[in-house]
Amino acid sequence: MNLWTNPIQVIADWLMQIFTGWGLAETLASVLIDLIGIVFLVVFILILDVMLVWVERKVVARFQDRLGPNRVGPFGLIQPFADIIKLFIKEDITPEGADKVIYNIAPVLSVSSVLILWAIFPLAPVIIGVDLNVGVLYLVAAGALGTLSIIMAGWASNNKFALLGAFRQVAAMISYEIPMIVVLLIPTIFAGSMGMLGISEGQQGFWPWNWYVFLSPLGALIFLISAIAELGRAPFDLSEGESEVVAGFHIEYSGMKFGWFYAGELLHAFTFGGFWAILFFGGYNFFGLEKLGPLVSAAIVLFKAMVGYWVIMWIKYTLMRIRIDHMLAFNWKFLVPLSFVVLMVTALLNTLLRDAPTATFILSMFFSNVIIAGITIEILRRRSRSGREKVEGQASSGVKAT
Amino acid sequence: MQNEWLYIGLFLIVGVALPAASLIMAAIITPKKSNPIKNSTYECGMETVGDSWVQFKAQYYIFGLVFLIFDVETVFLFPWAVTLNKLPLFAVIEGIVFILILLAGFTYIWRKDALEWA
Repeated sequence: MNLWTNPIQVIADWLMQIFTGWGLAETLASVLIDLIGIVFLVVFILILDVMLVWVERKVVARFQDRLGPNRVGPFGLIQPFADIIKLFIKEDITPEGADKVIYNIAPVLSVSSVLILWAIFPLAPVIIGVDLNVGVLYLVAAGALGTLSIIMAGWASNNKFALLGAFRQVAAMISYEIPMIVVLLIPTIFAGSMGMLGISEGQQGFWPWNWYVFLSPLGALIFLISAIAELGRAPFDLSEGESEVVAGFHIEYSGMKFGWFYAGELLHAFTFGGFWAILFFGGYNFFGLEKLGPLVSAAIVLFKAMVGYWVIMWIKYTLMRIRIDHMLAFNWKFLVPLSFVVLMVTALLNTLLRDAPTATFILSMFFSNVIIAGITIEILRRRSRSGREKVEGQASSGVKAT
Repeated sequence: MQNEWLYIGLFLIVGVALPAASLIMAAIITPKKSNPIKNSTYECGMETVGDSWVQFKAQYYIFGLVFLIFDVETVFLFPWAVTLNKLPLFAVIEGIVFILILLAGFTYIWRKDALEWA
């Protein structure tokens, strides 16, 4: 074991020697070491978050055929830091009649609900905060905390627009959480574990065939859609639809409190991009490169998370906002039944093909998903065709069909 | 690391403390020139009529109820999913029957038009 193969453990042992040398009890020393590790990790994430602001602004500019920030520093890299300084010295206004305690807790909660997800984020087999055996449930629970912060902000602002935005976000979240939890069962089935390390290890191998996206492409797609809905990003950004509820739940916030909502949203998107990569795209596994060392693994995971984040941005800046009844109908009448069908087929095939060779297993899993997708599209086509015929029949009643 | 949940607790404390510290710092250095007009609700827009904390659409409540049923269901499914690789076929089909029973309830909700945003 050296600094390259297990850096965290080496540093922890070294600190342990120093602290016990000072006469600290071993338990206290290990808690202190954990605390130092956590502070380093959180500071790293927050710096990453600042850079995400730059990435987001630069990428959206490219999508909209603009240049984006390019004045402050090379390629505008210093721009987010300038933004932070500006947000810091802005006057912080608490509107009259607001519920002051809840109003001030909400922005903090919105960012910490994302930060705590990084406690179970496996950067490498040896670089992980804690490998909870209920990691998947923890992911869902922390996501719900973020929604709590939104309704707290909306309710405490004493503003009708804010309240409306918050209600919409909660409706979206509780709806889209169902397909999300159901597809989270699919990696759990394959890996036989709810822990993030177990799921990452289940996708080992030189070639990416073991990645769960090939075993369950529909599951990966449903997870992405429901993650976007839970993030409240377009096309599901009804909670902040500018043309309807002005800015939604954070309408009354200014200065650094608004800054935390903004930063929290970006970090949330990046983190879910990362969990998408971990659950379905092999985590730190990438053509055997992860064997080089834990730091390489961490770079692979962060790269995949960035790709996931980019996909989420791509969808955000391509699609238009959908109406709330469409959003809920899309979830309850399409995603929920589909995700349950995918789950049942996966569970059944997983049991029937338990002793089958790997190639057969992967191929039949993949094609079962393709068949489900085909049947779904066919059902949708028939439904919309009959709906269209009904409308056209009413419009042209009396006109003889040729 | 003795206890996983101790670690999570520490993480939660640090995760709350750092953003909170930044807000406190911002509160110290920001200018404070408040006046009644600036502090009014929705300052630059229309004046608010009536109380902001109003009753809301009942449909949200129905979706909440439907959500609750499925949320509890999926929590029951997690232990089944974890051990699925070791379960006999019979137990797997039992799990699927459990899902189907709840989907029957879902069909009932659907047919009762509870999923319509009316």
